[in-house]
Parts: sequence; structure tokens; C-alpha cells
Amino acid sequence: MWETVRRWFDPRELRSVGSTPDYRFSLANERTFLAWLRTGLALVAGGLAAAQFLPPLPLAHLREAIAVALLLLGGTVAVRAVDHWARTERAIRLGEELPASRFPAVLALAVGLGALLLVVAVLARAVGGR
Amino acid sequence: MTGDPGLQPERTRLAWRRTLLALTVVTVLTVRLALTGDAAGAVLAGVAIAGWAATLALCWRRAVGSGPVRGTSRTMPVVALAAVGQATLGVLLAVRGLW
Repeated sequence: MWETVRRWFDPRELRSVGSTPDYRFSLANERTFLAWLRTGLALVAGGLAAAQFLPPLPLAHLREAIAVALLLLGGTVAVRAVDHWARTERAIRLGEELPASRFPAVLALAVGLGALLLVVAVLARAVGGR
Repeated sequence: MTGDPGLQPERTRLAWRRTLLALTVVTVLTVRLALTGDAAGAVLAGVAIAGWAATLALCWRRAVGSGPVRGTSRTMPVVALAAVGQATLGVLLAVRGLW
């Protein structure tokens, strides 16, 4: 695992693989990476906002749990973004198929489920008359 | 940019600027969460600002400068590390009130 992390920070090794592609492919891969990173940063911002702008919730530590969950999810998205960028770059240089990934589907389901839980919580409070 | 109707380097530079802007917003939120009057919070706020400044310095050329672009660069893991760092600081700050 540390070997993989070290390789992310050593671009010479990635440059030595295969042949240099049309620079537009590399730039497109870079922009995809940046879009994923902004997705991760948005989740981190959501966690930071939950930690400081939410009032204390009726369930003990629920606010902190929501904040930590969003922060961990954001960090995971950022790490996965580098990994996917490096693997895609490698595949482009070697002329191989681009790496497939289940991650976008899993993230979409997680975000959708979280939103659904919040809808249920808000409705429960409204019906409960508080 | 003759011969490149898609303006790919320009679009990539703008994507970098958006990303660094998002990192700046996150840093402001981290600092706001950290500054509650105690010394530990001030230290963590300082760490957040230092990490933000270092990341901006390392990514500046790619986001603002012109010149040749290389497909592979250390700036990608650097900016991702900055995001993970802010998330880690956020976790520490979010749970510090629990004990």
C-alpha cells in the first residue's frame, strides 16, 4: 500500500511507462481528477459545516456522527481520486482499457441513502409536532 | 492555441482554479471551527492555514502559470493530500468537544 502511495508522488515512474499520449487525453484525465477532488472537498465542507452550524440534536452525539461521516467520506473520495487518476494515466500510456470502477455507484447510493434518512428525520419531527 | 479548438490547457487551468478556490473555502471553515479561544484550537488553525498556503504554492504554476503542461505531475497527489489533511483536522475538531 505504501508503495502505491510513494508512486503517486513520483511522477518519473509513471512517465516511464508506455508512450506519451496525445496531451489532450492527459488533460481530460486531469480535469476528471479535479472534478472528483472538488466532490470530495464539497463533502468535507459539508462535514465542517455540520460540526459548527447544526444545533445540538436530540440524539446524543448525532451532530458529531454526521460531521465525521461526511468528513471521512470526503477524504475517501479524495484518495480514491488520485488512485483512479494514476491508474487511468497508466492505462492511457499503455493503450489499455480504462479501469472500471464501482465507486461512483456506491457513492451515489450512499449520498442518496443519507439524504433519504434526513428526509425521514425531518418528517418525523414535523409530524411529532416539535 | 491554434490547432486546439477545445482549448484544453485553458479548461484544465480553470479547473485547477476552481479546485483551489474550493480548498480555500474548506480551509476557512476549518479555521472557523478551530478558533474557539483555546490554545489547541489556535495551533490546529495554524496547521490548516500552513497546509493551505503550501498547497497553493505547489499548485500555483499549474493553476495560473502558462507554459508546457506535463501529463503526470506531483501536484495531483499534493492537492489530494491537502483535502485529506483538512478532513483529518475536521474530524479532530468535530470530536474534541466530546471529552
